[in-house]
Amino acid sequence: MRFFTKFSELDSTLIPKGVKRCSFQCFLVWIGILHIPLMVGVVATLMCWGLALNVTYLNNNFPFGLWIAADLGIIALGAGAFFTGFLRYIVKIDELKSIVNFAVVVGVICYAAAQGILGVDIGQPLRGWFIFWHANVHSMLTEVAFCITCYFMVLCIEYLPLILENRQINKFGFPRGFAHHLHEAMPTIAAIGVFLSFFHQGSLGGVPGVLYGRPFAFREGFLVWPWTFFLFILSAIACGPCFTILITKITEFCARKKLVKKNVIDILARISGRMLVLYLVLKTIDTLYWVKVAGDVGAPFGSFYANQPYGIWVLITELGILGVIPAIILLSKKTRQNEPLLILACLLNCSGIFMNRWIMTVQTLVVPVMSFDKFVSYHPNWVEYASTLLWLWLGAIFISITYRYLPIFPQEKELNPL
Amino acid sequence: MKEAHHKGHGRIYKYGMAIDLDKCTGCGACMVACMAENNISFRKENTNDRLTQNFWMRVYKISNGRPFPDSEISYIPRPCQHCEGRDHHHGTPCVSVCPATATDYSHETGIVSQIYTRCFGCRYCMAACPYHVRVFNWWDPKWPKGMNKSFNPDVSIRMRGVVEKCSFCYHRLQRARNKAYVAGRRELHEDEYQTACTQACPAGAVTFGDLINPKHKVYKLKDSPYAFRLLEKLGTNPKVYYLSTKDWVRKAGKVFLGNEGRG
Repeated sequence: MRFFTKFSELDSTLIPKGVKRCSFQCFLVWIGILHIPLMVGVVATLMCWGLALNVTYLNNNFPFGLWIAADLGIIALGAGAFFTGFLRYIVKIDELKSIVNFAVVVGVICYAAAQGILGVDIGQPLRGWFIFWHANVHSMLTEVAFCITCYFMVLCIEYLPLILENRQINKFGFPRGFAHHLHEAMPTIAAIGVFLSFFHQGSLGGVPGVLYGRPFAFREGFLVWPWTFFLFILSAIACGPCFTILITKITEFCARKKLVKKNVIDILARISGRMLVLYLVLKTIDTLYWVKVAGDVGAPFGSFYANQPYGIWVLITELGILGVIPAIILLSKKTRQNEPLLILACLLNCSGIFMNRWIMTVQTLVVPVMSFDKFVSYHPNWVEYASTLLWLWLGAIFISITYRYLPIFPQEKELNPL
Repeated sequence: MKEAHHKGHGRIYKYGMAIDLDKCTGCGACMVACMAENNISFRKENTNDRLTQNFWMRVYKISNGRPFPDSEISYIPRPCQHCEGRDHHHGTPCVSVCPATATDYSHETGIVSQIYTRCFGCRYCMAACPYHVRVFNWWDPKWPKGMNKSFNPDVSIRMRGVVEKCSFCYHRLQRARNKAYVAGRRELHEDEYQTACTQACPAGAVTFGDLINPKHKVYKLKDSPYAFRLLEKLGTNPKVYYLSTKDWVRKAGKVFLGNEGRG
């Protein structure tokens, strides 16, 4: 009991001044609840490492499954970090300073998750460093690995001043000064982040796009980059801010208070909507061109969607329901400012990106290439789901701790006076 | 013959195969020989699961889909196609994507190699290969009790978590080269380097040799009017040729997707 009281006292000294947080007991219960599904994920991960990947439903026809699709999706969702940084520090949209910190927090989680999931996905995790040591400069995956690792470091540097601004740490001169200098250097750091992000978002698009043995995924392109390179960048920019909005809304719901002003959310939603429209136009052109090119080499469009559950509904859902509908909602000021509609648009947009990444990885492998190949479908098993969702629970814990102890929402005091 | 040379490495070879599908009976001797020669593991649990079992050589059964009495079947043995690739930007599909340079296309031999100890199991190469040639060690390698006594000492055992594939019995090439070197020769005769599947085929359907050497049988076979390669339109440029006098078989092999050539 004495220990608990001591920790409780320590907890209250770490909470930023001028804001209200739930009791320490309540916080512990919340973190404890999150640990239940988290432990299931830990068990699944240990099974993969200990018993080999035969514990999953992956097989020789489906070397890529939920993990790779999730990896590509999570990286796209994390694009809110670099794009918000770009808008705040380079385009100088000043209002976004109220959400840029939180976008960084979300980015850190997304990029850590992507690397963590990849650590389970690869057959020999202890050799993961070979990708740097024996790098093949022609491989898109090499470009992805280098840029993601470097960008994750950039995100950690962007997150560092938030830690240093903690009430207790900030008392000391050196951390305070260091945080100040980091803030001053932030435009440069953000610019490096933008450069790296452009490349790895694009390279992730290049991963399926260069597979010329798989006509479903292969795209011609510009120089060494297939068109999917550019489409992935644009789609990530279009959905990243929506994911940041979505997580902000979830945090507001859990904290039971407003944390960011409406006009800030509105700016992000508006930009996201415009980007989504641009993406949809280019994606439609790409799809039409792809239909023609694939047809020319003997792959009729219908054959790509001949096997259920991967019928033509996949394309309609991806571009129509999960693309056009959120774009319409986000473009109109009236619908954008209606909170339930805004959340719906963000949900649809983020689901659309996830579906696109699933299509570009898993459906690419579903479509038989040799005429005498049998169609085989794939669905992940609990081990794959649990080890992927593990990062969702870890992310929730990370946000909970960050929100409790660090000043990540500059408008919180103003919106919620004590 | 005008001898081709690779920069600094003497004469170049383009080892390849010609498989006569009219002769193939689908007996599977090539698969068994391949597994024994290359120490391919197999487990009781997944012997019948073709999606997780490791085959370097796999025999596909195809049919023309017509009812009796017009029904016909054919077997397509499928080793690694050792693709040469399209052009500079689109090399061998699996080689160009491997992030750790764990697989390589040899311009001296035309063989696509796999370095098991460098592969970290990302399986990008498997996604890139349209022929399903590459297989992953989903399990720890395991053999029936006592079978380790018959391992081939020239071929390393692969650990779990790495990709493996047909190497055109590369260890046999190394052995043949050593023998020739001891005999004071730098050139190999056709019969000095043959793959296990070639030697095991009771019908003599598999012919192996240098595709650019007019003295080798495959040189002529590849130019047969009945010769074709799997998925030619993709531009992977494979070095395994198939021969069939049946139109529907040639079509089934050449095209991809759709139902035109489906057996």
